[in-house]
Amino acid sequence: MEMAVCKQIYHLILKTSLIIILFFLAGLLVGFMGLFPAWLEEMSVSRFALFALMFFVGISVGSNGETLGVLRKQGAKLILVPVATIAGTFMGVALIHPLTSHGYFAESLAVGAGFGYYSLSSIIISEMYSETLGVTALLANIAREVITLVLAPVMALWLGKLSPIASGGATSMDTTLPIIVQSSGKEFAIVAVFHGVSLTILVPFVVTAIISFLI
Amino acid sequence: MLEILAIMAAGILIGRLTKSRKAFLALIDKLIIVSIFLLLFFLGAGIGSDDEILKGLDTLGLNALIIASGAVAGSLVAAWALWKWLFANKSTTSS
Repeated sequence: MEMAVCKQIYHLILKTSLIIILFFLAGLLVGFMGLFPAWLEEMSVSRFALFALMFFVGISVGSNGETLGVLRKQGAKLILVPVATIAGTFMGVALIHPLTSHGYFAESLAVGAGFGYYSLSSIIISEMYSETLGVTALLANIAREVITLVLAPVMALWLGKLSPIASGGATSMDTTLPIIVQSSGKEFAIVAVFHGVSLTILVPFVVTAIISFLI
Repeated sequence: MLEILAIMAAGILIGRLTKSRKAFLALIDKLIIVSIFLLLFFLGAGIGSDDEILKGLDTLGLNALIIASGAVAGSLVAAWALWKWLFANKSTTSS
């Protein structure tokens, strides 16, 4: 793969996630200073924005035929990687849930079901359930991305070349892709992208389904 | 709940029908980013004006770290097991 193009995409994505966090921080400041206009909240603008977002995400998913194409070329074994990530994530979260101060088991699961896709998971959780859990999802899934960015080389060395991909979750298709390729090798780029795309598509469904047990 | 899934399903259907128009898809990607910006700004504003959440931010952060480590550890174990299994399969078929 051309490294120059790779680097360009990397910078673009890093810039976008930085901007996302900056928007969150700007909102935090505006809310904290009491500058957020009440009429915006009353009109539930954010609810409509969420509907719009889900609609656009749907279009983007529906028009992306490449995922299936990759699957056909690479064989069914490829599916096992996202399946392992999903099973592993839920088992890990289930085991560690007693250490949290969450009242409900499903709250921890919903946060884990973000699979690193912090923007969408936190938005869905805060709109549908509670802002508190939404913030937890935001922080937990950012942490997942950061842990992967920092530890991917060690993971690949000790736990096999699929491990940084699984750790990256949905981000294995964009933000953590460069470090995955560096740690596991170029030949794992396709696995990483397929894995990331599958989880990205699943996140809204899985998070919504788990939240439905809570409301 | 159902409305969100219905809206997304409608989107997927439209996406299937209007497949592979590059300019259209680029526009959709931009709209996605803009709505994410907007929604995270709202999320921030909601939290910033909520004293209860601000007071509990340390607990929240701790919960987040706990869940993140559980999620990563779990997926690492699963990925390691899958790696071993695929590797074992490969070596038995090649020998």
